[in-house]
Amino acid sequence: MPSLLDALAYDFVRHAILAGVLAAILCGVIGPFVVVKRLAFIGGGISHAAFGGLGLCFFLGLNPIWGAIGVSLLFAILLGLVDTEKVRSQDALIGVLWAAGVAVGIVFIAKTPGYAPNLMTYLFGNILLVTRTDVWITFGLSTAVLATVALFYKGLVAVAFDEVFARVQGAPVRFLRTLLLVLMALTVVILIQVVGIILVIALLTIPPVIALMLCRDLKWVILTSVGLGVAMTLAGLWISYEADLPSGPAIILLGTAVLLAVYAARRTWKKGGLEIRGPGERA
Amino acid sequence: MADSIGTRQARSRAALPIEPHESENPVIEVREVSFGYGTDLVLEGVNLKIYPRDYLAILGPNGGGKTTLIKLLLGLLRPRSGEIVVSLPDRPGRLGYVPQFSTFDRSFPLRVLEVVRMGRISRRSLLGPYNRDDQRAAEAMLERLHLADLANRPIRELSGGQMQRVLIARALVSEPAILFLDEPTASIDAESRETLRELLLELNRQIPIVVVTHDPTSIASAVRHVACVNRGLHYHHELTSEALEEAYGCPVELLGHGVPHRVLHSH
Repeated sequence: MPSLLDALAYDFVRHAILAGVLAAILCGVIGPFVVVKRLAFIGGGISHAAFGGLGLCFFLGLNPIWGAIGVSLLFAILLGLVDTEKVRSQDALIGVLWAAGVAVGIVFIAKTPGYAPNLMTYLFGNILLVTRTDVWITFGLSTAVLATVALFYKGLVAVAFDEVFARVQGAPVRFLRTLLLVLMALTVVILIQVVGIILVIALLTIPPVIALMLCRDLKWVILTSVGLGVAMTLAGLWISYEADLPSGPAIILLGTAVLLAVYAARRTWKKGGLEIRGPGERA
Repeated sequence: MADSIGTRQARSRAALPIEPHESENPVIEVREVSFGYGTDLVLEGVNLKIYPRDYLAILGPNGGGKTTLIKLLLGLLRPRSGEIVVSLPDRPGRLGYVPQFSTFDRSFPLRVLEVVRMGRISRRSLLGPYNRDDQRAAEAMLERLHLADLANRPIRELSGGQMQRVLIARALVSEPAILFLDEPTASIDAESRETLRELLLELNRQIPIVVVTHDPTSIASAVRHVACVNRGLHYHHELTSEALEEAYGCPVELLGHGVPHRVLHSH
């Protein structure tokens, strides 16, 4: 692909690739927790609510990413504090914040004087607009999220697998659950730049869902979904460059195609009495 | 195994008209506890004492408040009124808990040893991984419960009976001072039930055991005391068909032996 290599000469292409790879690594690590703990709906809620903060910062003339970070963190902490016993109120709260965030964002962007940015850019992402500052913020956040996951890995897995048991054991379950939501919120903000608000859930779920079909061990699920996420993002960017498609949808559609192919292959092989095992799997 | 249990039961019944551990202080005492979700009470005025080396079955129909009672005993819920006094050593992991299968994801990508090691979580600081001691304790527990061969097996590939023993291993690896089991026979076959019964009797030599179940026949021959929960609580020295009839409100077939029982609370 000589044309893409030529494109690497441009700053904005390098920024896009860096941000894309960092985002893919993050969603590979956080995604499996989102999928096994069934947090995808909350992820959707966070990304849409973040739009409100994004719009506000845009209106005030600040870097929109700070607004998105602030609102998504607030959302995560708020949800972490709601009692899990009251599932219905949590579900409704997510729905309300989801819609309200989008409404606030649209109002602020509409009221911003002068040039009105294209809403599509935020909703579906345009990785080619990522600036050098964005790349540094993304790098800082990614490092923080990955380090936190590494430090708290044991507790996060315990809470993801069996929250009630962890609580009986005396583990600080509410703290760990809130921490998981905060990590997911930061991941979502980084993903917004790459695939946009609406498609965040896809990048957060597609690689881990494929990895969960292939591997039987959480560490391998995480490593495989990191690999898949990076491959999906780079290949999707390349397709978007070559075929002149928006980057977000190109990445997601490629991922969906891979997911369907793996699912179909797995079904076919299983019928023949074979099971695909992930790398490093023992029979 | 069955012999030693038989003689122990016979001995206690012959020599001591009153169950021996009732002279000791209870490890958990429930005093006039009521609890409800919303306006309706699920449990009302419940009194219950659990003694050292007790083997208590909490029976009752679905929706009768069994799950609520075990959540209260585990400290997951707070009573609306009344109190629960726990006289166990104050350390993390003192309560062993074996949940129902429906409360966690059986297809979760974890291996048996990893699940069992989770029982050591409160021994470690929040930061950092499990250490060699945890690893060894988990391996030893797997050995003890005849699960060593399955250590690296993903839990999604386990049978019901194997999963049940893995959960018991996870509960025991924290060296609990009491063991609670919620519907332990619900998802396992007859053979596994027999293995489970023997295992629980063996564990009961060291710690009290509390089993919550809606299926009295599965545990009938092993338990020492029975508490029947249906909003209120009835305490019985032994499992009898009369006791069950009272709890469920209809006759229940039972493979067991009849002994007089006493009613602590009526509703």
